Amino acid sequence: MATHHYYSFYLRRFHSLTGVIPIGAFLVEHFFTNSFAMFGPEVYNSKVAFFMGLPYILLIEISLIWLPILYHGAYGCYIVCTGQVNTFRYGYFRNWMYLMQRLTGVIAFAFIIYHVYATRISGLLTGQHASFESVGRSLDNPLILAFYVLGILSSSYHLGNGLFGFLITWGIAIGDKAQRGVSILCVLVSAGMAAFGLAALSYFV
Amino acid sequence: MSDKPIRLKIKRQNTPDSSPYWEEFSVPYTPGHNVISVLMEIQKNPVNSRGEKTSPVVWECNCLEEVCGACTMLINGGVRQACSALIDKIGRELTLEPITKFPVVRDLHVDRGKMFEALKKVGAWIPIDGTYDMGEGPRMAPKDQEEGYRLAKCMTCGCCMEACPQYNSRSSFIGPAPTVQVRLFNLHPTGAMNRSERLETLMEKGGIAECGNAQNCVRVCPKEVPLTKTLAELNKDVDLYAIFGMLKK
Repeated sequence: MATHHYYSFYLRRFHSLTGVIPIGAFLVEHFFTNSFAMFGPEVYNSKVAFFMGLPYILLIEISLIWLPILYHGAYGCYIVCTGQVNTFRYGYFRNWMYLMQRLTGVIAFAFIIYHVYATRISGLLTGQHASFESVGRSLDNPLILAFYVLGILSSSYHLGNGLFGFLITWGIAIGDKAQRGVSILCVLVSAGMAAFGLAALSYFV
Repeated sequence: MSDKPIRLKIKRQNTPDSSPYWEEFSVPYTPGHNVISVLMEIQKNPVNSRGEKTSPVVWECNCLEEVCGACTMLINGGVRQACSALIDKIGRELTLEPITKFPVVRDLHVDRGKMFEALKKVGAWIPIDGTYDMGEGPRMAPKDQEEGYRLAKCMTCGCCMEACPQYNSRSSFIGPAPTVQVRLFNLHPTGAMNRSERLETLMEKGGIAECGNAQNCVRVCPKEVPLTKTLAELNKDVDLYAIFGMLKK
């Protein structure tokens, strides 16, 4: 009798789960918190100070943000490697979405690594924490600004379309009608998140 | 137009290990041809379009009415059955290639054995053999019969496997066709007695978790098997089993 291993199933399901909770939830919170920038530098910097002053902040960040993103991103890269793109032969809508999901995932992961380093880890190393001014200064560089726009668009698409995958992976949207419905809903989530993120970004520029 | 010949460009391969090559053929047009009958014309007179005598093109077919699944090939780049590919509908310029996800035996003939191995792996049958007559099985609700019938139409032709981006040499995914058959046999009241074993196979490496939701399978399926709906349904079954069933152990 062969031994049966189920770890790849649980790893894959954990990948799906982490994409929504906590990463998806955090992205919404992140765009929301950064929207405080619309009230100007003082309000924004006071919010940063509030978060920095939370008890166990580093533990919270590591367990609920960094590790889940690292896991989701690394496992996602593995998933990308197991696929074989055939969008040009079979140019169906969902097949394009499949390709885009992988593409935006890789872009978003690269952006997040840069973003976390630039706004958080470098702060931990130098003691100079990110502020309204430091973010604004780095966005003066058009290349960095473009990378932020790309990162926000990729993350937003990846979350919206990832939600579609999530609803199927967890057997919530089953029938054709239900899948069509949530497919439209998820496009709206992507668009809404993109607008939300870009608006937050605009207050720094 | 009416006497314009049917021109074929066929990707050929002499042995499972040799390199493929292209050969072109021209077959006089007569109304009502399908891809199989055109290949039969080549078989009758195996001469390529340069007038050279060649070996007849090898392919596989049985039923000629799109129920057996044997004649799956890439026709003008898309996967489908050769028997139902009517020349009067698809035109007289044809490119034929063997499907790419299975090993080529010769020319357009591939070995789809991997798919049957996968069906064995997931337990796609109902064990009713015993040393004594076990009598009639439980009754099946008409609603389940209907759902089961749609899944039973699967002819393991391999179209969904060919179009699935997650079914390839770099992945261990067993593919959409064998996966959804689990639903058919779990739906059956006698088959349901082995439900948990089938769900456990889908939790192994290569199981349902490797579906990537590209949903090409349902688009290319010639039998309109509700693949994506069934995969989602099975996701629910497997997830619930993975959480609550495994906690019983």
